[in-house]
Amino acid sequence: MAGRRLEAPAGAWIDRSRSVGFSFNGRPLTGFRGDTLASALLANGVRLVGRSFKLHRPRGIFSCGIEEPCAVVDLGRGARRTPNVRATLLPLVEGLEAVSVNCWPSVGFDLGALTGACAAFLPAGFYYKTFMWPSWHVFEPAIRRMAGLGQAPRLPDPDHYEEKAADADVLVVGSGIAGLAAAVAAAHAGARTMLLAGSARLGGALGARADYEVGELAATARQLGVDVRLRTLAFGVYDHNLVCAVESLSSEGAADLPECVLRERLWKIRARAVIAAAGAFERPLLFPNNDRPGVMLAGAAVKYAFGFGVACGERAVIAANSDSAYEVAALLAALGIGIAAIVDRREGAAPIAGAAGLRVMTGAALRAVHGARSVRGCTVASLEGGRRERIYCDLVLNAGGYAPAVHLHSQAGGKLRWVPESAMFVPDGTAPGVASVGACAGVFARGAAASHAAEVGAALAQGRAPPAAPVGGAGRSDAVTRAPSGRGKQFVDVQNDVTAADVALAARESYRSVEHLKRYTTTGMGTDQGKTSNINALILMGGYTGQDPPEVGTTRFRPPFAPVTLGAIAGRRVGRLYRPLKRLPAHDWHAARGALFETFGDWSRPAAYPQAGETLEAAAQREAGTVRKRAGLFDGSPLGKLEVFGPDAARFLDLMYVGTMSTLETGQARYGALLNENGILVDDGIVARLAEQRFWVNTTTAGFERTLASFEEWLQCEFVDLKVAVTPVTSRWGNVTVAGPLAWEWLAKVGFDAALAPAAMAHMTMRETQWESAPVRVLRASFSGELGYEVNLPVDLAEGLFERLWSHAEELGAVLYGIEALEVMRVEKGYIHIGTDTDGTTLPGDVGFARGIERKAAPFVGRRSLLRPAARDPGRLQLVGLVPVDGQTLLPVGGQIAPNPPPTLSEGHVTSSHLSPELAMPIALAMLKDGSQRTGEEVRVHHLGTSIAARVTQLPFVDASGARVHG
Amino acid sequence: MMQLKCPWCGMRDESEFVCGGTTHLARPPLTATDAEWAEYLFFRDNPKDVHLERWRHAYGCGQWFNLARHTVTHEVSSVYAMTERPPGSG
Repeated sequence: MAGRRLEAPAGAWIDRSRSVGFSFNGRPLTGFRGDTLASALLANGVRLVGRSFKLHRPRGIFSCGIEEPCAVVDLGRGARRTPNVRATLLPLVEGLEAVSVNCWPSVGFDLGALTGACAAFLPAGFYYKTFMWPSWHVFEPAIRRMAGLGQAPRLPDPDHYEEKAADADVLVVGSGIAGLAAAVAAAHAGARTMLLAGSARLGGALGARADYEVGELAATARQLGVDVRLRTLAFGVYDHNLVCAVESLSSEGAADLPECVLRERLWKIRARAVIAAAGAFERPLLFPNNDRPGVMLAGAAVKYAFGFGVACGERAVIAANSDSAYEVAALLAALGIGIAAIVDRREGAAPIAGAAGLRVMTGAALRAVHGARSVRGCTVASLEGGRRERIYCDLVLNAGGYAPAVHLHSQAGGKLRWVPESAMFVPDGTAPGVASVGACAGVFARGAAASHAAEVGAALAQGRAPPAAPVGGAGRSDAVTRAPSGRGKQFVDVQNDVTAADVALAARESYRSVEHLKRYTTTGMGTDQGKTSNINALILMGGYTGQDPPEVGTTRFRPPFAPVTLGAIAGRRVGRLYRPLKRLPAHDWHAARGALFETFGDWSRPAAYPQAGETLEAAAQREAGTVRKRAGLFDGSPLGKLEVFGPDAARFLDLMYVGTMSTLETGQARYGALLNENGILVDDGIVARLAEQRFWVNTTTAGFERTLASFEEWLQCEFVDLKVAVTPVTSRWGNVTVAGPLAWEWLAKVGFDAALAPAAMAHMTMRETQWESAPVRVLRASFSGELGYEVNLPVDLAEGLFERLWSHAEELGAVLYGIEALEVMRVEKGYIHIGTDTDGTTLPGDVGFARGIERKAAPFVGRRSLLRPAARDPGRLQLVGLVPVDGQTLLPVGGQIAPNPPPTLSEGHVTSSHLSPELAMPIALAMLKDGSQRTGEEVRVHHLGTSIAARVTQLPFVDASGARVHG
Repeated sequence: MMQLKCPWCGMRDESEFVCGGTTHLARPPLTATDAEWAEYLFFRDNPKDVHLERWRHAYGCGQWFNLARHTVTHEVSSVYAMTERPPGSG
């Protein structure tokens, strides 16, 4: 069928002087500026636009808006390919390329349509019932290929997205006559008013007809300073009146788009009052083959005719269950579109003015639609049966009544009420924070809708309660509880290929809840979320199960109202900005010395400093070996640092840590393990007393934020009488760590105070002193097991100290070392790393801290939990050392320890594993059931099908006497 | 996303806060029975009603405070200091 443009004044939205070239399935076509892809396709006579989701049936353009179930296309190509775009909303731009979804090799000749030929064997639940043996997952990939809609792009999105927050006194969603009237009234009353229009034009259904009053209201709204946002779709209302909306900013699909555009903006609008003016959706009717291209919603044909100047057909049959059929017939006839008949299923329906002279059949229904890829006629008969008559037509229009778009009202928690005479749900009063006006409130008479909306707008602007909605004007529409008889499928949900027979099957199989019906048949799912199908489905369900529609109820209206791109939700939080990494103060200095950076938690840190041709592992071995024999330099700046001070600081730290901090002398330091209230080990570190009421607290790098938050929570919420302040200073102090037998010699070379010499300063002490007039806090401590100094100094001086020390490295035979070498050395020493060797079940006694707990007199957080029976179970996992019996095989981290290969009960697992340069053999830490009692025992480690013999050893592996540390 | 009124900073979006769960829990002494301790650690009421809970303005002033929130409507009926007794308790 050739499409046709109607003569002006039809076509209020298009500019016939500006032609626009585009392509559909590779075929070059032209439309006008102002067209949507759908209107341009219809004008070009393109009826077949896609294949259906499951049965691959030919489908055309069904609607003229957001409710479109069929005409979804894939737009663009390459990285910009956008799947499942509604052709009915997409503005036509020069160079736009669109292709059909779900068909191969082409939309006209689709091999998948063979599925449709077997449709009788594909009822609801067919796949789940049939493909059960041996497992659904065997069949799933092939079935998923056959079913489905568009293809997602495989390349990174070149465009960007942003997020914007706004607030308004009154936010109006929808720009039809009711929305405009409400916005104008609210702005008149002095409210800061925002208006969101989902489409590119204001005016809604009446706008297409160049309605004078609508035009005046739109102009007034702008004059009054209403913030009008076009192409901005409100998709959800969330707690405390937060409305989220997506604004489309680019000319999607245009050939001349730059390489990167700002594509969409996510609005988060906090409004004192929200007015929903979202209109209503038309309901289709059930009749055989009601999915054929050329079967449409009646209101859509009017919009295409008046707005876009497109005749969707030359001769229409209107399938009616609503008074609206007569108005549609009159409007289309006035533009010269032939109306073959109005087939009204209601007995005794009275034609309204304007439809005089048209053929009207009442108490009748369509029994067949002829033509597979395009409507070529239909057969009509009375409801009781009787004589069948074939009518020639190329268009079948559905005027089945209305379904108010109650989504925002329902999302906000509003209740619904059934209006039986119009077979529709309308809002029952207002929802918290959201008032509905116009058709979405059930107010269909235009005068009543405009005046009620204005009253609501003024009332909410002034903080008054909005007046009740004068529901009415939708006319009579019957609830059709049985599909009429006839050959051919009768679709309830055209997008998901759900038929009336599927709903009947679900009822026979005892699915009574509408939520179950939805999940079993898939009705109401997909990109359109059942905007044209939900009400028909639940009416049918009620018919089959003997319930009235209000008893059946609706499925829950969840946001989003329409699909939202993930890009809009992610906004700027992508790529490098997804999780920005923290950098060391001397990052560039390390980079210049060959550091291989890796990500450790939130930080980018040197894993090692490989020499030419050296692997990371080999570099770590060399670095660790050199630290043990000579000395090494390490950047420990990310280590968490807190200052805790106040009269009760010591008492507070006693409460927080397993170690007793109140007995520290000034200048002394002690290891502390931090538990949560469940007794679980959550952090550890060294605490040093700087003064009577002042402590330096090191946390783990990863645990810093957590520990700071928990200290604050205990102080503010539980130990509220303690006079203590906690200050985070991690980013204030750089940490330059020098370790190895030559550590002091190295520090002395650059002028550090002789009072820091090992002879003068004991292990586990901290000195506040100066280095070249800079204040430094030097902690003698070690995570490597060698003589070690952690020089804490103002962060901007760290690089200078690294540079000074490094200038002496060669003469000392010293190295820079990274995290990998540190890991090797701490495993040699049997030092645990919280979160690596421990997990959410590890108690301090499991890793050898039992004696410290018994000795401690003061209470501390987590203590009571250590007395629970489970905490004292002798079968707990305990920290041990493991070495391979063959002395060669590296034990895999995560390997399970058990006598027999899996499946079996595990006795423990390997937590850390490295090659020891000191022992020249692999070593590992493990958590093992009864581990402390099993020294010398041979166990087996199982990992991915391999099994390795290992021996349980005591810790540490290196320098058991601690002579090197204490030196 | 709710809006909560920080006693120090005023109305802010929920995403600036961290919820600490039920407030006014009494921490039993070391001599508590295992059952009493388990009750304190693990058992919480989940009312479909007003719930007294504590929140921290984590991405703001860092302060903890109490509030009374209806778990269905999210209506916040009262915001009060950590050391204050719940509204209506005298």
